[in-house]
Amino acid sequence: MSDRSVPIPLVRARGVGKSFHGSAALTDIDIDVHQGEVVCLIGPSGSGKTTFLRCINQLETYDKGAIWLDGELLGYKETGDALRPLSEREIAGQRSKTGMVFQRFNLFPHLTALQNITEGPVRVLRQDRARAEASAMQLLRRVGLEEKAPAYPSELSGGQQQRIAIARALAMQPQLMLFDEPTSALDPELVGDVLNVMRDLAGTGMTMLVVTHEMAFAREVGDRVVVMDRGRVVEAGPASEVMTYPKEERTRNFLRLVSRA
Amino acid sequence: MRIIHPVPYGRYLAVALILLAAGFIVKSFAEGQVDWSVTWRYLFWPNILMGLVNTIWMSILCMAIGIAIGLASALARESVNPVLRGASIFYTWFFRGAPLILQLLLWYNLALIFPRISLFGFYDARTVDIITPAVAALLAFGLNAGAYASEIIRAGLLGVDRGQFEAAKAIGMTNSVALRRIVIPQAMRTVLPPLGNEFISLIKMTSLASIIGFSDLLRSVQNIYFINTRIIEMLMVATVWYLFVVTILSIFQHRLEARFGRGFAKGGRR
Ligand SMILES: Nc1ncnc2c1ncn2[C@@H]1O[C@H](COP(=O)(O)OP(=O)(O)OP(=O)(O)O)[C@@H](O)[C@H]1O
Ligand SMILES: [Mg+2]
Repeated sequence: MSDRSVPIPLVRARGVGKSFHGSAALTDIDIDVHQGEVVCLIGPSGSGKTTFLRCINQLETYDKGAIWLDGELLGYKETGDALRPLSEREIAGQRSKTGMVFQRFNLFPHLTALQNITEGPVRVLRQDRARAEASAMQLLRRVGLEEKAPAYPSELSGGQQQRIAIARALAMQPQLMLFDEPTSALDPELVGDVLNVMRDLAGTGMTMLVVTHEMAFAREVGDRVVVMDRGRVVEAGPASEVMTYPKEERTRNFLRLVSRA
Repeated sequence: MRIIHPVPYGRYLAVALILLAAGFIVKSFAEGQVDWSVTWRYLFWPNILMGLVNTIWMSILCMAIGIAIGLASALARESVNPVLRGASIFYTWFFRGAPLILQLLLWYNLALIFPRISLFGFYDARTVDIITPAVAALLAFGLNAGAYASEIIRAGLLGVDRGQFEAAKAIGMTNSVALRRIVIPQAMRTVLPPLGNEFISLIKMTSLASIIGFSDLLRSVQNIYFINTRIIEMLMVATVWYLFVVTILSIFQHRLEARFGRGFAKGGRR
């Protein structure tokens, strides 16, 4: 369970809203993620899960409400009683505190597995190469792909690529890891390896916000589950509770739908 | 079981046809009215080599200018700033649209429009002193090459998956670092072949500069045949050198392509 002694949550979203060309993708989202907690975000397609993760990582701007990471307002600076957008460099700095794992891996194809992992530490954190490579090798060991260090992404299976992508994100020593359906582009037999890496990561106390359709994973690893539908939070609570005794009709419908699939 | 490969008749036929054509060309040149000893004698003539060197540095400099402007213009075209986008569109429209020889003459005769060039009082000079044939050629070819390079580079940048840019930003890279380290190296793969093409046609286009008195390879060859009247022999000298330079360039391009093709495995059946 999460550590309730920490007063402010690591992620605090209040009244977050976002629309694309007039149609609302997120409406009035309130979500807290506490230090060390694993929160799973579930809900039907198009319910705004990806959009919410992208707002936290500022790949998308939100138009209403506010998101704080570790007490720091994301994307804006409070000057007097006005909010001013942060500069590109400041946003990049905030981004480097969260790691993002994409559905389609998005590894850099022109770099080897090892270079994919060291690129951020060397170019953004300005670590020296030898040190970055040493810690990258450690990460590779952790995701079970030590021997793939010199391989290019095109020479790796989907599951291996996703594990390298997780290592790449971890190399930035993020405070928070965001996962957007990390296993849904994988063949069924490769899903397990990636989920194992995520389970281990949760075990180390990493704070994680995971969009997933893997209900077993959500139930087992997730501390809390947040159910979204049509851009709104429908229900939130301890994973076992929400998934076993859903209160809301829409949660029940969704759970029935995925269990049938 | 043994695998029996079918006989590649198509390949044999192609080889036969090519050999036939090559034999015909060699035969006609050997019998034709060309005194190859003259060609050979002038191949390393000092004035010719001077012209060759001028052609080479002019081409390299123009290409460098073209790539720099082309990259800037491609980025401007894809930027969110409408003024930059407009400027880029106007630039490619004008410098691709007007005939190159016309642009060359316009730059060379700039003094007719602006007799003096002055930079906010810091610097002031007569235009004719600044716009030498070399400068006019650099401006004309460089800006023209930039207009073409802009579209080539833009196509290359658009060809890189957006997810790459986002992944780069997700690890905290700024736009410029993401471009330099992640997007441009991947765009290089698709940009190199057409850019190599552009370079080759630029090398040959620089011969146009001879009309405004720039002593390039073609001009130095002409200067000699006006005197010795061995027109074909001298033109062969230029041909040999142009082909030589283009060959070196192709080898270089091949190396670069291999360098930037890393990670994009070629595997699979053809
Ligand atoms: N770039 C965009 N432009 C326009 N509309 C968008 C864009 N991105 C998302 N949307 C819309 O926002 C809504 C939420 O999309 P989002 O991708 O966040 O859903 P999701 O919950 O991640 O769905 P899925 O489970 O299919 O990945 C959808 O209606 C989608 O069409
Ligand atoms: Mg999604």
